[in-house]
Amino acid sequence: MSEIIIEPVTRIEGHAKIAVSVGADGEVTDARFSVTQVRGFERIAVGRPLHEMPSFMARICGICPTSHLLASAKACDEVLGVSPPLAARQLRRVMNLAQIVQSHALHFFHLSSPDLLLGFDSDPGARNIAGVAARAPELARDGIALRKFGQQIIEKLGGKRIHPAWVVPGGVSAPLSTEQRDTILATVPDAHARAARTLDWFKKNLASWAEEAAHFGSFPSLYMGLVHHDSGNAAYSEGRLRMVDENGRRLLDDVDPRPYWEYLGEAVEPFSYLKSPYYKALGYPAGIYRVGPLARLNVIDHLGSPAADAELAEYRLRLGRFPNGSFHYHWARLIELLHCIDTIGAILSGPGILDEDVRAHAAVNNREGVGVSEAPRGTLFHHYRVDKDGIVQWVNLVIATGHNNLAMNRSVLQVAQHYIKGDQVREGALNRVEAVIRAYDPCLSCSTHAIGQMPLVLDVFGPGGELLRRVSRSAEQ
Amino acid sequence: MSEVRTLQIDGKDVAARSDETILCAAEENEIHIPTLCHLEGLSDVGACRLCVVEVEGTPKLMAACTTTVEEGMKVTTTSERLVAYRRRAIEMLFVERNHICAVCVANNNCELQAHARNVGLDHFELPLMHPALPVDASHERFVMDHNRCILCTRCVRVCDEVEQAHTWDVAGRGTGARIVSDLGMPWGSSTTCTSCGKCVQVCPTGALFEKGRSISEPKARRPYLPYLVRVKERER
Repeated sequence: MSEIIIEPVTRIEGHAKIAVSVGADGEVTDARFSVTQVRGFERIAVGRPLHEMPSFMARICGICPTSHLLASAKACDEVLGVSPPLAARQLRRVMNLAQIVQSHALHFFHLSSPDLLLGFDSDPGARNIAGVAARAPELARDGIALRKFGQQIIEKLGGKRIHPAWVVPGGVSAPLSTEQRDTILATVPDAHARAARTLDWFKKNLASWAEEAAHFGSFPSLYMGLVHHDSGNAAYSEGRLRMVDENGRRLLDDVDPRPYWEYLGEAVEPFSYLKSPYYKALGYPAGIYRVGPLARLNVIDHLGSPAADAELAEYRLRLGRFPNGSFHYHWARLIELLHCIDTIGAILSGPGILDEDVRAHAAVNNREGVGVSEAPRGTLFHHYRVDKDGIVQWVNLVIATGHNNLAMNRSVLQVAQHYIKGDQVREGALNRVEAVIRAYDPCLSCSTHAIGQMPLVLDVFGPGGELLRRVSRSAEQ
Repeated sequence: MSEVRTLQIDGKDVAARSDETILCAAEENEIHIPTLCHLEGLSDVGACRLCVVEVEGTPKLMAACTTTVEEGMKVTTTSERLVAYRRRAIEMLFVERNHICAVCVANNNCELQAHARNVGLDHFELPLMHPALPVDASHERFVMDHNRCILCTRCVRVCDEVEQAHTWDVAGRGTGARIVSDLGMPWGSSTTCTSCGKCVQVCPTGALFEKGRSISEPKARRPYLPYLVRVKERER
């Protein structure tokens, strides 16, 4: 048996390696996705005052600080026992949606479009955003503009693009001004046009990725996400939990997402710092489920904005009601991008958004709180316990990327089995193994609560465990 | 009865009362000396060493806030040596405790941070000590975070001299020194604290803050201290 190690995995957020085991007959027998970093935020937070948590937890990540900010603030709301004023909740929603827009844009255009536009077998030296800009400048410009759209909304609201301190326990620290609202609203039509154009480009080229779509983590699993329980619309900030199987049967529906431990277990594997959550009722590892764009579009009935719902209808028409291929995360992500842009416009045009009552104050009224929201990559849980003075005693974070861990492992195996034969590893095969992980847009910095970028080594071990071949790639690519 | 003394500060001839400090004389003549533990209205203790100056005839650096003027004194407030010394003093304040500006309530409203910025302190040459320090959140309204305390003792002095409760004091020595309430009791169980909040108002960093205040949230700074001191003096 031989083993192929891909380390580091590139163009994802964080550090990881992939180990592929090859049998004597040259067939892939096993593949593992290992996250090789740990950060320990759950421990560092112990002993700190509750009110520091949102800004402190935002430091878990530079890509999606806002997601942590929101989930953390919601957990704090519960510890305080307050419900933030409506305007504050709406403003938090806008910031969450802006966060999803910028993160989805970053992922699709900067990290994944090089594979999609230039090809999985193209020269790795040019397979990056600069290569995209050279080949399709319009696409690259749309990517940069959409990310800017999201980031600038975050800055307008929070005063800062990364790690804004504006979301606080009990609400937000400052109301929205008319001028801020109008400036943001003025940018919505342009962002909408760019997202719609990208969707058209993606749909036009979908057929050319048929082989990848068929083998990139294409298997039945459960799907989980937040749903607005009256309308069945997508809910990113406040919603009830729904889990469906590959046929759409609802295993969980209209469930309070906060007592997550009742239905989610967290397994730990010795080869990875990333925990492997699973659906408890089905056990480990049978309770494999996915979260994020693909899963969200599977669990919801509708998105709740007309243009995106039309796109969703087409998506379901072409792929089926419950698509199970992880390659379709890309398409799902683009539809969400459009939905989030339009929803930002709708919320900001709504009444009461300029209300000055945006913060509820209270002392510690509960010793425990769970905050749940949809981050770009999936459902995010922050769970805190505090003492009577509000000093944090215990923290558990269940991060979006973690939910997908089992699915990522299975996807890596599927891709490896399809593209790798024996120890003769082509660079394109290596890239596809990485690309399937990339489709999930994992944020390992968040999920192991770590710092860094991704460098990659692929080792091929012989039947006796001897190293046959090493393919390595530096972090710059 | 104080008399008039004449001296030179940075080459400028100045006159001051014999009971005035170098800092006081400098300020009256619009010569700026950086300070941190000094606060108008409170007594001076020379704890932070930022106001050190050179006095001709002595190799020792003198704290301007606690050194009284003398006839014919020649004082230098800015020199390469002084700048390096002040920079190192600020660095020592940072490395001695756990100052994480990014997640501090006082971020952008902190005197220590402002001094660090002024001297261009963007990295530490000294190793960080990383002491394990507690946060006392037992008080109903306020929190004491020892991680951010620089032992300037403004809280101790304002509590003793203005509020006259003397809830705060310093226990221990050197790097083991800590601000304590009463005799080391949790602040919330202090029988002397009047919950007036003056200590929170005068704290130059984020060590003392209002409960519920979030990161980088400015505190309402009320310039009440000189008024209180004047009222107190009038009562005497």
